[in-house]
Amino acid sequence: MATKKFMYLNRKASYGTVYAIESLEVVLIAAAFEQDVSLAFIDDGVYQIVEGQNTDGIGMKNFSKTFHALGDYDINKLYVSAESLEERGLTADDLMPLVYEDEDDDWEEKPSVKVVSNAELSKIMSDQDVCLSF
Amino acid sequence: MLHTVNKSSFERNSLQSCLNAIDDTSVILLIEDGVISAANNANSSMLSDLAAQGRVYALQGDVDARGISSKIADNIKLVDYAGFVDLVVEHGTAVSWV
Amino acid sequence: MKFSIQINEGPYQHQASDTAYQFAKAAIAAGHEIFRVFFYHDGVNNASRFTVPPQDDRNVVNQWAELGIKNAEGEPELVVCVAAALRRGMLDESEASKNGVEGNNIHPAFRISGLGQLIEAGIQSDRLVVFGD
Repeated sequence: MATKKFMYLNRKASYGTVYAIESLEVVLIAAAFEQDVSLAFIDDGVYQIVEGQNTDGIGMKNFSKTFHALGDYDINKLYVSAESLEERGLTADDLMPLVYEDEDDDWEEKPSVKVVSNAELSKIMSDQDVCLSF
Repeated sequence: MLHTVNKSSFERNSLQSCLNAIDDTSVILLIEDGVISAANNANSSMLSDLAAQGRVYALQGDVDARGISSKIADNIKLVDYAGFVDLVVEHGTAVSWV
Repeated sequence: MKFSIQINEGPYQHQASDTAYQFAKAAIAAGHEIFRVFFYHDGVNNASRFTVPPQDDRNVVNQWAELGIKNAEGEPELVVCVAAALRRGMLDESEASKNGVEGNNIHPAFRISGLGQLIEAGIQSDRLVVFGD
């Protein structure tokens, strides 16, 4: 099967609407298709991977832990907009420490999350074949 | 690339987010409530540079439906649905700022 | 060219399905192929055969059905995500019996399938366009 570059564009926070969790469901399925997968977190989408989410008080499932599984599926390109973080008073330290094991580098554990500027994000986006927005 | 924006810049930040991420060659198509950003209004300056470069389109049907066809800003090109299809063909990957 | 479409919102509440329909119709008229329309999130509600709009309004569900988007085997290529559909009470006959639910509401021009169909649409098509909120 041909390999294409897929980008998943996430611009909404979790819980208030269903987009975040249902986007993650697509990404988990996408892993089986061995395509080149990137995730972009822009605007309120950055809140999807903030550390310390606790949904006990709202009666909904806390699915943020699922992001930790992405590395095991070779999904390790999570791009976060630096400008979106800054606007929201967040830094890279507020995000979950998501990692993957690099099979080309003796399975060394490496970070999956990359904080990138809008300019870098624009470049990455221009390189994609398919962009799925949620 | 073709970027589609379907929300008014008075209601959501979709257009601004699109402008933050757009490269030097991509074009924008305003659809649904996105066409409100094609009219002359307080937010017109957001698109004026790109429009001057001929890189901003708006969907005619949505413009007409919202009663703003006489208020479209300079250099914004109107297309019908067939034109929308042509833009997708011509500009490669489509990015929707939903 | 081969197109696929992803629809994230239900009928009437949002314009997404209407715009996608006009886009699909124009693409077909221009000689392009619609490989698949994938209904996700509340978009699954576009497949309800119980949709009864007032007579002077368009019927969004029937409009899609009338486009007759099918594959070479004659199966519908209006595809409803199974996980999104089940949690929103959209079931076909087989899902209804599997889950012990009486009745079913998926229009016969649509079919229920998995999320893999969306990825496959992205792989097989020259372009995938998303319509949403």
